[in-house]
Parts: sequence; structure tokens; C-alpha cells
Amino acid sequence: MDTTPDHAQRPSSAAGASLAIELKKINKSFGSVHANRDIDLAVRRGTVHGIVGENGAGKSTLMSILYGFYHADSGEIVVGGKPVTIHNSSDALALGIGMVHQHFMLVDNFTVLENVILGAEDSALLKPSVDKARRELQRLASDYGLNVPVDALIEDLSVGQQQRVEILKALYRGADILILDEPTGVLTPAEADHLFEVLKTLRDEGKTIILITHKLREIMAITDMVSVMRQGQMVETLETAKTNPEQLAELMVGRRVLLRVEKDEAKPGDVLLDVTDLVVADDMGTERLKGVTLSVRAGEILGVAGVAGNGQSELLEALAGMRASKSGTIRLNGEDVTAHHPDSAATLRRKGLAHVPEDRLRMGLVTNFYEWENSILGYHDYDKYGSGLMLDVKAARAEAQRHIEKFDIRPANADLKTANFSGGNQQKIVLAREMERDPDVLIVGQPTRGVDIGAIEFIHNQIIKMRDAGKAILLVSVELDEIRSLSDRIVVLFDGEVVGEADPATADEGELGLLMAGVKSDTTPKREATT
Amino acid sequence: MEDIISILITTIRVSTPLILACLAGLYSERAGIVDIGLEGKLLGSAFGAAVVASVTGNVWLGLLAGIGVSMMFSAVHGLASINFRGNQIISGVALNFLASGLTVFLGAAWFGRGGNTPPLTGDARFYGIRLPFAQEVSGVPIIGPIYSGLLSGHTILTYLAFLAVPLTAWVLWRTRFGLRLRAVGENPKALDTAGMSVSWLRYKALMITAVLVGMGGAYLSTAQAASFSREMSSGRGYIALAALIFAKWKPYPALGACLLFGFLEAMQYRLQGVDLPLIGRVPTQAMQALPYVLTILLLAGFVGRAIAPKAAGQPYVKER
Repeated sequence: MDTTPDHAQRPSSAAGASLAIELKKINKSFGSVHANRDIDLAVRRGTVHGIVGENGAGKSTLMSILYGFYHADSGEIVVGGKPVTIHNSSDALALGIGMVHQHFMLVDNFTVLENVILGAEDSALLKPSVDKARRELQRLASDYGLNVPVDALIEDLSVGQQQRVEILKALYRGADILILDEPTGVLTPAEADHLFEVLKTLRDEGKTIILITHKLREIMAITDMVSVMRQGQMVETLETAKTNPEQLAELMVGRRVLLRVEKDEAKPGDVLLDVTDLVVADDMGTERLKGVTLSVRAGEILGVAGVAGNGQSELLEALAGMRASKSGTIRLNGEDVTAHHPDSAATLRRKGLAHVPEDRLRMGLVTNFYEWENSILGYHDYDKYGSGLMLDVKAARAEAQRHIEKFDIRPANADLKTANFSGGNQQKIVLAREMERDPDVLIVGQPTRGVDIGAIEFIHNQIIKMRDAGKAILLVSVELDEIRSLSDRIVVLFDGEVVGEADPATADEGELGLLMAGVKSDTTPKREATT
Repeated sequence: MEDIISILITTIRVSTPLILACLAGLYSERAGIVDIGLEGKLLGSAFGAAVVASVTGNVWLGLLAGIGVSMMFSAVHGLASINFRGNQIISGVALNFLASGLTVFLGAAWFGRGGNTPPLTGDARFYGIRLPFAQEVSGVPIIGPIYSGLLSGHTILTYLAFLAVPLTAWVLWRTRFGLRLRAVGENPKALDTAGMSVSWLRYKALMITAVLVGMGGAYLSTAQAASFSREMSSGRGYIALAALIFAKWKPYPALGACLLFGFLEAMQYRLQGVDLPLIGRVPTQAMQALPYVLTILLLAGFVGRAIAPKAAGQPYVKER
């Protein structure tokens, strides 16, 4: 494949004017679901074009059509002024369209070089391709600031570096148009900033960038144009400079949305959850929590910030009684409940601790079960659902029906398989189940992961309501915005340690970003208090 | 010295089908297809090779037939696990049952010898090849017995099996095909999104598997023995799989593992009926069980963590 940069041959004067991609009346249905309906989209060359929309709005489907993963039922694709048919990913690549997927398409135990040349090898033997790729990557690194250790294994790289490899893969194949699908979901704020710098450089070099995201802040920060999708339709395409987050949110959801969480001052009471020097190892025996100390009071929300994989999962699992701790203590209402044997999740629930797991599909729900079954799961052996061998199905359904009404779970049918609910509604099923037990302590992991804006608003309000009712809430989230808008106090977890504490009212993003990247600030006064 | 040489010669003899089957499994599992049907393929191709060799009197045609049988088995396995996204274990086990039943049934129907084929003679079987100068150096101490005794005198299939090891390593680490093969067993999506066909690559891997295991099967009935006898693969396919796991899906360790299992089998023949100091005479059955016991022990803990190719066993489905 010829990888000489195309921008060298292209007249730069035409950069702003001509269209890189034009989609005309694209339609795509999956069974009865009309995922894309008469979509028109024009992307100008040399711009960063954002596409926003809720989950299921059809963004990914549209981009998959462009990348040759799907075929449109009808409609026309025009690339560089020429109508084209894209049968598969190689067609897309040949047209200069590269994609950086949300879940990286990398082989973990391959080196960076091997991943880059995979599928773009020049000959049957690897040596010449590897040598060429090494030279080419050096050039790309110096041109765009995309530095990666080329001989390292992917599994040894940070997520940000892995993403750079994905971008390099596309550029190595001569991509002129880059599609990035939710690229910042896994990055630290600093890494995200670096990514944006790279994207800006790429744009200035004449590349066209399509950015799919649900984060409006990113749209405002980096894009030139923005298109909003809702329920499979293209709602509007705007110049970013002439719009604002509120307008975009309204276009996405179809009604006015409050982006800021409105809440009163917290009135903290007694310490309900008290964690001292907690050390927890993962399944491989690696210590993922290295002496964490924190406490949550009644009537406050403690936010645990941090980049994914810094011990949050182990913290949640240890607190919920799902994972044994090696040392340290966990006190609930003053009582030592440290799980030395990971069998006490049920016991903890009876003692007033509720847990909304971070991965609802893996830990929170059985998607093959009916909604009403999931809405009592974990509490199913409580007497109110029947004693002895039999389950009081009527009582369980009544409970489920209450949840459906109170949490506005849609469709409002307890007899549907849980798999048929959207992500947001599945999350509401879990939240309703845990919150309706009226626990003293609620620990919540990633409450709005994969949840629509509309549902996010609702979920946030529910969490605030719990706080105002005097519950102690521990919130773990990788979404920094969420942590900042909900929490009354923030602790930052890095490499299994609490590296700092911050007040959400005064902490700025830069400071938190540094903490999340493991740079301990000397001015953090709470350090003594946590050790 | 003679004892050792004789045990080692037997080791090489009995290791040959293991090496071929193990490498066969390596290609298939590296591509993400678990092939528990190796056992059935060995048996089926041993039968096919013996039948055609016996009928035509030409061992090369027999070898081709053996490969043909394993190709057919591979095609069925591929269809089930690649196209229809079926469970690879079930498909493999089904093939094993099929091979076990079909060989006896057809053997009995065609030759009426209780499922065995007639003894192969003359051009209908493989014979040992004498390496150049084997005669001349046989008298030289140390080198003589090793070269003329141990290394010389094996069939062409044995030499091919040992050659296949460095060849496989070279293919795996130095060629484009090898890179893609390893990738498709680890993360097929990476290939799919790079515009390559996951299915076609997996079929190619299965074809190589079929050729290798076909050679292994033919070796059993036309080189190691001189006829097909019922159930003559006797678990070698499974042992080859165990060796593959023990070797962590790498060619040279696979050779080592197969030789180890072969050595145990050779010891087993050697020690039958021999009085051991202190222990006395060990029952034949206990000796025969040795390779299988070792398999269990190795897999149960001595291997350490054997990390299989990540996508092994999972049918590839384009998602979303």
C-alpha cells in the first residue's frame, strides 16, 4: 500500500472548501429497528467534524456504514467528489478512510510494529514491512507528536499509548479521513488533551477528522462543525462556534435538559462507612489497593475519582463483600464487617449496605431473566418474597411494578426479558432495586456508564435524593464531570492509593487531572489524615 | 549405551505421530479453532491411508488418502465452527465418535477382519531411509551409534515431522501468513477491521492442520505399523493436545513435549516385564498408564499458567 502522505499532493487552497465525505439519504434497518433514516451528512476537508447523539441514536451505525462494516439499505456515499460503494473495511481503507474504534482493535501480545503492519504487509516475509514501518512510524512520530515505543508489547502500554497505536495504524495505511469513536472514554484528562493536540495537528496538516462522542465539552473544545443525531435521524448540523452545550443537549434529547446537577449544601452526620488501611489483591494476587483509608458520613457523597484500573473495581468489590481484603478494616455503622472470606455480600446487604455494581451486565443483572426477577435479585430470599421453598411471585411482581413507576423504567412491563431494555433503563432497574431497600450506605460504581443524557439527569437526581435523606454514598466514576457535579468531597485514587483529596467547589480540573495522573500535590492537606 | 540408543530410537518412532498431530493442533489453535478432533483425524487418516495403500499397493497414494480423510474432517469441523459458529468442542468430539465408529464399520465391511486392514507389504508401506555414510561411520565410537543407529533409518515421515518444527517456527514468526495466523487467534476483530477475511484465514489454518495430522495418521498405519487396527490412535490426538498446552502453543517446546511423551511411551515398552530394583516387577498396565498419568500431572499444575490464544474456541461474530 502506498503510504506517501496525500496532503503533499493536494492543493492546500482547496482545503476548507471541498467536501471530504458526503452521505446522501442513507437508510439502514435491523429488523424492525430503523437505525438510520434518510441521513444526510457533509464533512468538509481539513476540519474536525463532531457527531453527537445519545446511545442508539445511530451514530455508530452510520460510521460503520462508512467504514464498510455494514451496507446501507439505500443511499449514496460520496468520497472526495466521487460516488463510491464500500463493501468492506479494505475498500474504506483504500479510499483513505481510517477508523479508531472505541474498543481498540489491537492484538495485545503483539508489538506495536506488528500491530501496525498487520493487514498492510508488503510481502510474504515480514522483515521488509517491519523495517519500513519502523521508518514510517518515526516520521509520523515527529510530524504529529505520536510517540510510542515501537517494539513494546501492546499489553505493556498505557491506554493512551494504545490509542496512539490505533491512530498510527490508520495513518500508516494512508488514511486521509479519520473516524474516532468515543476516543476519550478511557483517557485521563491529560491524555485527552494530548489527543486533542494531535487531532489539531492532523487537521492543520489537511486531514479530515470525524469525532463521535457524547461529551459536549469535547465537541465545544475541538470541533469545527457538529452534527446532532436523534433516534436514527440527523437533526441538525451546526458550526460549533455558533452553538452551546445547552442547545446541543436539547437537540440530542428533544427536550430541555439540565446539564448541571442542582443540589443543596450537604449536611454530613455520623461516619457510617469507615475504611482503614485497606489492602486488596486481584485474582492474580497483585495488590490493587495498597492501604486505602477513607470514610463516608451520613448525608454526604464521597466521590472516588481516578482513571479506570487504579483500584476502583477492587475497592467496590471489597466494600460490597465480594472480595476478601488482605489487611485493613471496613466498618459499617461502627461494626467491623471486613470481608476475610468473600461470602459476605448477602450479610452486608442485611446490615444496610447496598451496592450498584460498576458493570451492570456482568454483576448487576441476569439479562436473560425477566425484569421482575432482576428487580428482587439478591433480596429474593427475604421473607417478603415468600419463606421456605416457594417464591411469592405476586409480591415480587408488585415490587417490580413499584420500581417501574417510581423510576420511570421503560417499557413499563415487568414481564419482559431484561436484555430488551436499553442501557439506561437496565441501570434504573439496578438502582431501583438497591435504593428501594432504604440502605444506610450506598456504594455506586459508574452509575451512568452507557446511559443516555435524559436518564443521566434522572439517575443523578435520585442519588442526590438519597443523600438528602441522610444516606452515606460512595460514588466511583471515571467521568470526572460526574464526580465533580455530584460529590461533596472528592478523593483521587491512583495505583491503589488515595493520592489526594479535593473540594469539588474549589478544585479545578487541572489539579484533579494531575492527581489522577499520579502527580501528588504537596499542598494537599488531607494527606496526613488519610494515612 | 545400546539400551539408551534403543530407547531413544523408540522415542523418535513413537514421537513422530505426536509431533505431527501437535503441530497440526498448533496451526488450528493459533488460528482460534480448538481441535479436539485431532484424535479422530489421526484415526481416520490412519484408516484411509491403510485402505488405499492396501488396495493400490502404493504407499504414497495411501498417504494422500490419509490427508484426504483429515481434509474432509477438517472441512466438517470448519463448516461447523467457522460458518455455523457451533461449539468447537462438540464438533470435535462428534468427529472423534464418527472416526471411531466409521473406521471399524467400513473396515469390517470391506475386509472382514474385525475392523483391521490386511497387512501391508512391499511398496504399500513406508520403510526406514538409510542416511548417507551411515554404513561407513557405524563403527566409529559414539558418533557411530548416534548417527547410524539413532538418526539414520527412520521413514521419510519422521524426517518431515522434525523438519516441520523449524518450518512452523519460521512461518509463525517470520512471515505475513504467520503474523495473521497469530492475530486471528488472538483478536480476530483486529483482522476484520483491517479488511481481511477471518473465515478464509481460519480455513487455511485448518487445511495445514489436515495435512499434518493426515501425515501423522498415515504414519501410524503405514510406517510404525503395517496395517490399520481398530482404535490404533489410542488417545495420541489427546496427548498431542496436552503437549500443545504444555508447550504453550510454541513449536520448539511442542517438539520437546512430544519427545517427552514419546520417551515415556518408549520406557513403557522397555520396562514391561523388567524387574526394577526395590520395586520389583511393575504391572504392565501401570507402565502403560504412565504417559496418561503424566498428562494429568502436567496439565494439573506443573505447566504453570498456560495462556491459550485468546480467541481460541470462540466463533467469530461480527457484532453490533
